[in-house]
Amino acid sequence: MSDPRAVVDAASTLILGKRSRLELALTCLIAGGHLLIEDVPGTGKTTLAHVMARLLGLDFRRVQFTSDLLPADILGVSVFERETGAFRFHPGPVFTQVLLADEVNRATPRTQSALLEAMEEHQVSVEGETRPLPEPFFVIATQNPASQIGTYPLPESQLDRFMMRITMGYPDPAAERALLTGRDRRSLLADLAPVADAATLTAWRTRAEGIHVSDALIDYVQALIAYTRTGGAYRLGLSPRAGLALLAAARARALLDARNHVLPEDVQAVMPAVALHRLPMLEQPASHDDAARHLLQAVALPV
Amino acid sequence: MKWRRTTAPRVAAEPLDQSRIAWLMAVAACALVPHGSHLPGWLIAVAALLFTWRLAQWKLGWPGASGLVKLLVVIACCAGVSLTFGRLFGREPGVALLTLMLVLKLHELRSTRDGHTVVLLGYFMLLTAFLYSQTPAMAAALGVSMTVITAALIALTGPPAAPRALLRHAAWMMAQALPFMLVLFVLFPRVPGPLWGLPLDAYSGTSGLSDSMSPGSISQLSLSGAIAFRVRFEGDAPPARDLYWRGPVLSAFDGRTWRQGSSAQRIGDGVPHTVPGRPLGYEVTLEPHNRNWLFALETVTTLPAGVRVSDDWQLFGRDGVRTRRRDRFESVLGARPGIEEWSGHLDAARQLPRDGNPRARQLAQTLRADSPADTVEAGLRLFRREAFVYTLTPPLLGDDGIDAFLFDTRRGFCEHYAGAFVFLMRAAGLPARVVTGYQGGERNEVDDYVVVRQSDAHAWAEVWLKGEGWRRVDPTAAILPSRIERGLADLPAGEPVPFVARVDLGWLRSLRHQWEAANNAWNQWVLSYDQQKQRELLSRLGMSQPDWRLMTIWLASLCALFATALTLWAMRRSVSADALARAWSGVDRALRPAGLGREAWEGPLDYAARIGRLRPDLAPVLSQACRLYADARYGAVPPAAATRELKACARALRRQRTPPRP
Repeated sequence: MSDPRAVVDAASTLILGKRSRLELALTCLIAGGHLLIEDVPGTGKTTLAHVMARLLGLDFRRVQFTSDLLPADILGVSVFERETGAFRFHPGPVFTQVLLADEVNRATPRTQSALLEAMEEHQVSVEGETRPLPEPFFVIATQNPASQIGTYPLPESQLDRFMMRITMGYPDPAAERALLTGRDRRSLLADLAPVADAATLTAWRTRAEGIHVSDALIDYVQALIAYTRTGGAYRLGLSPRAGLALLAAARARALLDARNHVLPEDVQAVMPAVALHRLPMLEQPASHDDAARHLLQAVALPV
Repeated sequence: MKWRRTTAPRVAAEPLDQSRIAWLMAVAACALVPHGSHLPGWLIAVAALLFTWRLAQWKLGWPGASGLVKLLVVIACCAGVSLTFGRLFGREPGVALLTLMLVLKLHELRSTRDGHTVVLLGYFMLLTAFLYSQTPAMAAALGVSMTVITAALIALTGPPAAPRALLRHAAWMMAQALPFMLVLFVLFPRVPGPLWGLPLDAYSGTSGLSDSMSPGSISQLSLSGAIAFRVRFEGDAPPARDLYWRGPVLSAFDGRTWRQGSSAQRIGDGVPHTVPGRPLGYEVTLEPHNRNWLFALETVTTLPAGVRVSDDWQLFGRDGVRTRRRDRFESVLGARPGIEEWSGHLDAARQLPRDGNPRARQLAQTLRADSPADTVEAGLRLFRREAFVYTLTPPLLGDDGIDAFLFDTRRGFCEHYAGAFVFLMRAAGLPARVVTGYQGGERNEVDDYVVVRQSDAHAWAEVWLKGEGWRRVDPTAAILPSRIERGLADLPAGEPVPFVARVDLGWLRSLRHQWEAANNAWNQWVLSYDQQKQRELLSRLGMSQPDWRLMTIWLASLCALFATALTLWAMRRSVSADALARAWSGVDRALRPAGLGREAWEGPLDYAARIGRLRPDLAPVLSQACRLYADARYGAVPPAAATRELKACARALRRQRTPPRP
């Protein structure tokens, strides 16, 4: 079985200087969670989704969300066929393994919630009939935080469905230079060979679920969750679902680090991505990094 | 009837392994070393020989002692003990036999049971060491020995462990016993007097004034720096020149030696005469000197119970002073008691031998003046005028010692002057007597006790003057006033000054003061913690009218409280901070002083990485420590081994934490 780090290595040749983001994205996928990428346009959000899907050997579909997008445009629709005299279901783009939902906050809440139901249930109910989605099934959604005009921001309850939210950020000067002087990304993407396949990903996930979590680590996770609920810095604490997601992500991260037990470092590495989009703060922090530092440094490791 | 021989079911004798045998030899060594100073030399040699033999057997595989050899050693040593001490019972022979038993038992270690015997004997030997010495140093030494013996007991009964761990365990057990010991010591009802009597041979070798005085007896005593008694005054201590501590009064003279006279035989319960004046209260802690007289300032007015006084104002206890005793007296300084003295005593105070010392008698006639007071003055003038020398090393005097001293040698110590002066006064017709005792004393600034030593031993004279009473006359003060002002330190140049009296070694003196104050505190509060001290302390703690019932209740409740507290603490400790966590915080403690401590929220690997960037020299050990901890705490590795290694890492980091100088 190949090493999950090979995925990150291969992705790094194409998405330059973003190794930690790639690791987080892969961690999220191994843990079986959906990913929300939030940044201004042109920072490589779409490329990241593409690269991940290709390297993992998964089917990939992309939907550009707009305000006139209807649920049927995503889920699919039954069409009457005159030859057979019956309705036939035309599956929508959601019937894929990786769905890139571009600018998810531009669609109406009705469409958003159709997607989110599919994310949660891994199945689609159309016209009274329930159809399972392929396995594995991931949604990688992007949204642009800068332009909020004419958008429908995702409510907290729906943000909770995404295991992680990551930001891309600008590349550093060296990466930027390599980007400017190198080959076109799109042609590079076409040349990219898959490193793993769906079965491998499932095996990784099984392995991650078997990684040892000690009582001391559970103590730490509980302390973190308790702080978000009672620490006084947040309007709303982390949900139990968030706690489960945190632990699953920490396990996947330990797998990525080739360790057979979870360390507080794993929890800390995934904590900002897992927690911050679910934690409305009372005072807006200057940046994501500030918010992450505040959260992690407020809770001592139990000895 | 048919006898059937049955053998008792033998307890499966568990043989002792080598490490336990080593522990038992340590027990014997620890128990015997405190006795090294008083056992007879030959016994020490035998014990050392037997011990070395056992050591060689253990270490080099020598053959053990056979039954015959052991039997012969026992017989020979018993004979030796009986010859050395004249008997087989008593303190000295008893301890000698115990020593022998302990060393021989080492040659008989077959099972755990034998080991227990050695341990028990070891504890008992430690106890007997207190029969010889009860100093703080001895107590500390026995505390160490006791820790070792307890560790041996743990080794004997418990699973094998490293010696350091066993010693730490034993020390920890003793520390836990400490509060109980203190409570029992303070609160256990005290009975007056010792719990058991000691054989008489326990009191030999104590020194002090005797009931007679001949030339040389006091100057011999003056060479000793031993402490005679300690005094605590209620209020300020009077100047040293006024401190005359009255001891045996000598009024009978046979031409050479002064002895106690008839007035010392008449002993009553109260003072013979009332003395006007403001009394001064003080407490005297007297070291044992084996005689029954006590010392108090002239002139004593209030006596504690159990102290009696003779007609010549000498104080007596009921028995010889064999243990340190503490009495409170009141005295009026500068009084002249005895205006109405009984004529029998006055006659006795005029007695002189029929003949001898003719020149002195002749001299006395020239001293006679109109009034007795003038005669006394004339006598003192004589000592001041003539070239008398005050010395610790006077020449020997033959017959007619007073003549020889007054006219030929003119070198003497206080007993010479006092004796000669009293002789002259008697020859001149005045009642006079010699008083021995101590003069002066040294104030210890540390604890404010006045310490009186054997080197302060002194003799002076008393003359009875009609209408005035007994007047103290100190001829030594006439020769060398500084002797009275400042003690022996001011002897004329060239004289051997007793070491303890020297003033030029200031640092030594202050060190000695500290040491003696510590000893005194130990004596006052530990060794002489008797019924009275207990009452005093308890009432100071707010327990008015402490009787044994109340004390027992307190005793039981405090012990229960300590036991509960210790149990709760032990339970809490095992839950909150296990060994691994303590070892891990040891790493943090090692580096925190160098500003390299772990942040509370920092994970172990992140910590190692951060410090590794700051201090690459620490990186190898620290990253190993952090990995160990991470594996043991968060992985499925059992923590015991990691705890040990983590402690080693913490020690290594403590050594390395100061950065190497470039």
